[in-house]
Amino acid sequence: VRTYPFGPAVGLELDPTYVHLRENEPLSRVKLPYGEEAWLVTRYDDVRTVLADPRFSRAETVTRDMPRLHPERVAGGLVDLDPPEHSRLRRLVTKAFTVRRVERLRARADEVATELLDGLVVAGPPADLLETFAVPLPGTVVCELLGIPYGDRDEFRSWVDAFVSTTTLTPEQRRGYLGRLAAYLDVLATQRREEPTDDLLGALVLARDEDARLTGEEIVNLALLMLGAGYESTATMIGNFVYTLLTRPDQWELLRARPDLVPRAVEELLRFIPSAPTAAALPRYATEDVPLSGGTVRAGAPVLTARAVANRDPRVFDDPERLDITREPTSHLAFGHGVHHCFGAQLARMDLQVALALLVDRLPSLRLAVPERELSWKSGLAVRGLVRLPVTW
Amino acid sequence: MGSWHIDLDRDVCIGSAVCGGTAPAYFRLGDDNRSRPIHDDVEPDEIVLAAAESCPTEAITVRDSDGKQLAP
Repeated sequence: VRTYPFGPAVGLELDPTYVHLRENEPLSRVKLPYGEEAWLVTRYDDVRTVLADPRFSRAETVTRDMPRLHPERVAGGLVDLDPPEHSRLRRLVTKAFTVRRVERLRARADEVATELLDGLVVAGPPADLLETFAVPLPGTVVCELLGIPYGDRDEFRSWVDAFVSTTTLTPEQRRGYLGRLAAYLDVLATQRREEPTDDLLGALVLARDEDARLTGEEIVNLALLMLGAGYESTATMIGNFVYTLLTRPDQWELLRARPDLVPRAVEELLRFIPSAPTAAALPRYATEDVPLSGGTVRAGAPVLTARAVANRDPRVFDDPERLDITREPTSHLAFGHGVHHCFGAQLARMDLQVALALLVDRLPSLRLAVPERELSWKSGLAVRGLVRLPVTW
Repeated sequence: MGSWHIDLDRDVCIGSAVCGGTAPAYFRLGDDNRSRPIHDDVEPDEIVLAAAESCPTEAITVRDSDGKQLAP
């Protein structure tokens, strides 16, 4: 049994232990700081099976001693449910969070990105690209999508930090921040019940199926999920994308010369970057015996999925350790797979595409303003990311 | 009320497998990582509408026998 995580996450590197296990021990035993021992799967096919096969359950984790990094089990709302309970909520959310709603925001995202870069150009180099661009772009977009005044961001940003924090806050602090964020969202949702609006929060308030509307608590939990994922995670990923391209200047040059590659580059960067620091998030429990490539997982056993190393499985991807923005679009697992596939994936893609397209166009000579070794990385969060991204052009 | 017809646009599908997880009796992921209905015409079943309405790219359309769109 290996102690897990194998070691501290370093930058955006993938611990070599994962590759070793994928090639030699595709079903391996791990022990996390809390909870029972678990299986860890590392091959693409196995990870997909565990994520999508109905014989694996998320709901089971609620009643079991789930393997986890911190003492408290954090309630996940939508991701703690299995079909059919999950299907009801998911359907209502997707009904509100339509493709049309996201595409309508593309022009607006473009406008926001342009304004932010105008500001950067006027101020001149150097700049922290996270604070000046990567954070405000998806932040403004997700706030406009939901209908949250972006002017309130100073208030709610620290609360959102609590949402994405896994270990940086005490459980009490975390509960406190989340409670304030939930109360804030509850006020906005209540306003919309009295006075309907055309934003996503308004649509969630109105969304209903043949049985019932979403409850106030469900709406607040969904809005929390959207803010946490749509704000900090996307912001962090923009930073990670830029860092990854700037440290591989041939790929940045290629994208600059061929901006038509932006959608492919986004998919390739999603595949390539191990954004989660560990595979500890969202374990599943087998509800029946399920054969995988390394052996059979018995009913009742918890399983962790290492999506980052599966995204580099040579059985699926040619030359997988190389970042190649011309790569044919592939079904990477960055947004998950199966019923819990990220419902904001298309919004995140849109943000990431707009960000890259505008950056290569407006700041073609972009480069790091400090040596790579001087960059510092956040720790204890759900997504790896830089503390600051100092750039010049 | 007659049977329902399922259309799945494989150019729009991203292979998220949400439909197959929601309604495993009706959708399956192909070797090309694109989903397909197991049968194009099915007896009315609410779960088919749930799957269509849960698709992140709205790749699935369900119509009744009169051609009226039921989902998404």
